[in-house]
Amino acid sequence: MTMLKEGRPTAPTPVEDAHMAPATATGNRALMLEEKLIFEIGSTDTTGVDFADAPQAASRFGSLARTDGIGLPGLSEQETVRHYTRLSRQNYAIDLGLFPLGSCTMKHNPRLNEKVARMPGFADIHPLQPQSTVQGALGVINELAVWLITLTGMHGVAMTPKAGAHGELCGLLCIRAALEARGDARQVVLVPESAHGTNPATAAFCGYKVEDIPATPDGRVDLEALKTRLGPDVAAVMITNPNTCGLFERDMKVISDAVHAAGAFVYCDGANFNAIVGRVRPGDLGVDAMHINLHKTFSTPHGGGGPGSGPVVLSEALSPFGPLPYTVRMADGTIHLIEEDNVGEEMPQSFGRMSAFHGQMGMFTRALTYILSHGADGLRQVAEDAVLNANYVLRSLEDVLDAPFGASGPCMHEALFSDKGLAEGFTTLDIAKGLIDEGFHPMTMYFPLVVHGAMLVEPTETESKAALDQFILALRSLAERAKAGDEALKGAPYHAPRRRLDETLAARKPVLSWSEPDLADAAE
Amino acid sequence: MRYLPLTDGDRQAMLATIGAASIDDLFVDVPAEARLAGTIPGLPDHASEMAVERHMAALARKNLSAGEAPFFLGAGAYKHHVPASVDHLIQRGEFLTAYTPYQPEIAQGTLQVLFEFQTQVARLLGCDVANASMYDGSTACWEAIGMARRITKRGKAILSSGLHPHYVSVAQTMAKFTGDELAYTTPELDSECDSSKLIAAIDKDTSCVVVQYPDILGRIEDLTALADAAHAAGALLIAVVTEPVALGAIKAPGAMGADIVVGEGQSLGVGLQFGGPYLGLFACKQKYVRQMPGRLCGETVDAAGKRGFVLTLSTREQHIRREKATSNICTNSGLCALAFSIHMTLLGEKGLRQLAGLNHALACQAADRLAKVPGVTLMNDSFFNEFTLILPTDAREAVRNLADRGILAGVSLGRLFPTAPDLANGLVVAVTETTTAEDIDALAKALEEELA
Repeated sequence: MTMLKEGRPTAPTPVEDAHMAPATATGNRALMLEEKLIFEIGSTDTTGVDFADAPQAASRFGSLARTDGIGLPGLSEQETVRHYTRLSRQNYAIDLGLFPLGSCTMKHNPRLNEKVARMPGFADIHPLQPQSTVQGALGVINELAVWLITLTGMHGVAMTPKAGAHGELCGLLCIRAALEARGDARQVVLVPESAHGTNPATAAFCGYKVEDIPATPDGRVDLEALKTRLGPDVAAVMITNPNTCGLFERDMKVISDAVHAAGAFVYCDGANFNAIVGRVRPGDLGVDAMHINLHKTFSTPHGGGGPGSGPVVLSEALSPFGPLPYTVRMADGTIHLIEEDNVGEEMPQSFGRMSAFHGQMGMFTRALTYILSHGADGLRQVAEDAVLNANYVLRSLEDVLDAPFGASGPCMHEALFSDKGLAEGFTTLDIAKGLIDEGFHPMTMYFPLVVHGAMLVEPTETESKAALDQFILALRSLAERAKAGDEALKGAPYHAPRRRLDETLAARKPVLSWSEPDLADAAE
Repeated sequence: MRYLPLTDGDRQAMLATIGAASIDDLFVDVPAEARLAGTIPGLPDHASEMAVERHMAALARKNLSAGEAPFFLGAGAYKHHVPASVDHLIQRGEFLTAYTPYQPEIAQGTLQVLFEFQTQVARLLGCDVANASMYDGSTACWEAIGMARRITKRGKAILSSGLHPHYVSVAQTMAKFTGDELAYTTPELDSECDSSKLIAAIDKDTSCVVVQYPDILGRIEDLTALADAAHAAGALLIAVVTEPVALGAIKAPGAMGADIVVGEGQSLGVGLQFGGPYLGLFACKQKYVRQMPGRLCGETVDAAGKRGFVLTLSTREQHIRREKATSNICTNSGLCALAFSIHMTLLGEKGLRQLAGLNHALACQAADRLAKVPGVTLMNDSFFNEFTLILPTDAREAVRNLADRGILAGVSLGRLFPTAPDLANGLVVAVTETTTAEDIDALAKALEEELA
């Protein structure tokens, strides 16, 4: 199979809609309220916060006092609440409905997690407080670490990485440190064509040369091609399992054995761990390092693009090289921190610090809360229901949508379709935008790159059968319209806060911050 | 289980539709030796909401929270009052439970916030453009060094001794693997910053000079001469701001010639949270925008001609460029950026200036009071809301002893610079609008007793 480089359409065709309702004077449409920018409605003289008068004191700034206007508008508290509430209503969210974004695991975010994270004992503590005053926080990190190690069957875990890609970086730094410790300067990281873009970007970011491994026609890593390429220059192989085609890499153990025999390490992208949590331990498959997106498998909120959290579980061979700071539970139950001052004695091979403090504590409290709620039995059920839901979607739609790997067996937690069979001129983008009008967030589109017009659907375990049935009904209807050549579909979405947006214009003439209109005009 | 809506009846019906006899049939691709027959041993089973809350609350109670004690820690993370409406608004499900805005027609809320955030950050830091956030200040700092390498095609960065030592550590970790050369020494307990030394160190191989403002010891100085010297040698000036509230009172680094300004945005809206999640700020001059890491939100129009916002210039990013991307970053700190932006909107310029003024005035009071403690010297001539005291004894020990008395006295330089014994008596004290006169008095008296 080959990687597709053509991308997707990024500029819409202007459309005329004879059936649109008449315009309103305000531009508002009932509950859908247009909201201007804070720079257009606020003023630098307005504030929504009251302060006590500052005591008189001579400033210690010397000549550095800021005298220029900063240009930061303020709003009263009421206007602020209204501004952000109105904006929030222009977002789709998991709280509103099914959000089947493949490889992103948009599951329900339990509100107990939020309540716990806001307990002052967690939310209001400083990362550099004396250790005796933060034993509960260090305890959370340590308890979550034990869960992650046990669930994955691994030896250790680096808790500090701040998101999945940061976890990939951590894993590769461990691998590189381990190789250097044995005097082995390998230069190449192998990455399957179906991998997330972060994999090759991460390998390059820490100085490796990246080479692709092809996929087989059934959507898995080409084992023979991989074995042929392995050699003394290969440092690591980065594999996503379950992979981005929604399939389990059947040969994972064989791959790991071959990689180890060649003196290299196996990095597993754990973005799809939700499919196997509680049922399969990556440690049993020969994995050396795997990041776990707490914001995917363990339900911490995505927040419109973060924060994430990406702890990395490590094999025995890699554990000594993990980052600082590192927690250790002592015999008396206290948690002890390894930092720069004691690293020499206690963790001499650590590759060092990769962010300022202890990692994403606010995500640790949420993830641990979620894990304790589910327990070992509940987490196993999570994987089973996630896989069941995806297979239900796959088998309910494969008669109207092309499922490129549908014949090769069950999928894992995501169902993959292609645009094959749509009428001439109709694309995956049209189906995605049609889903918006049907009240759903679209699936991941045009990824993985090994499938033409890919549509990757990940329903997650937190969707009911009724929700799935409605989604299937909508997607079936859209597939039929796209196959029948229903031109109206090309104008979708019709009912969203905005019609299709012109991404080409945005990139060609970037406007990345607001300017006062007269200044903007002057710059033309 | 309360988060799983399928009933056993649903599961049976769905298996029938799929044509599978049991759930195990769906896991046939897993090699037999890796399939677990039952639940993983050694782990507890599910628990009620009440039981989990009780367990977590017990852990929370083992921590001494900042609000429970006279509190003076800073050094890259600051305790500020966050208005109640900030936390209420970021918990709206439409913000909290949305994904990265890949489908702009139904993500205009997040996208408009990002556009507003980028503008607020650029103006605060004195730059042309800002991105939609990074993980935190330390990782933003390393990314800026990498960006300077790409722009100048040079690999030597000069780090100020006033840069946060953890930021230095992060850069040193990464440089081991990328081959960048980093020039750095630990700071001296001096009221002057080190810009004259930095200027002397700039050479034709220098990609950038990285300077923190205010620096780790709380000092501030004009960056103009440093910027001019860097530019004269074809290098960039990167300024690092770990306390953005300061920029409501002191000149913006961009206005003094910094090419890239990065920072830690935690002070506004985010809270202490034991170090994360935090908010990396990243801004630069317009001419360098295509070398920036991270997401960018831009203005455009929709098919009906209405203004709207999209993620843009994504040809810099990993999902398009893969190994040729400017960074591997994907998920950033979206919700923290929202909190920052809401807090900044509530403040406005007027409120920000008041907040900064209050911080500075209280810090001046505290510095003057603490300098009167016998044996204690105030190192700084200049500062914003944080300054360094020199104690007659090891400050790390003093901090631990004061913590035992229920006072969180500050950050010892021994904790920050464990390998620099000449700094061991230094104590960095931060004072914000949350600090009361009683807190200052309590610290001064406790310090007097401790040092007596």
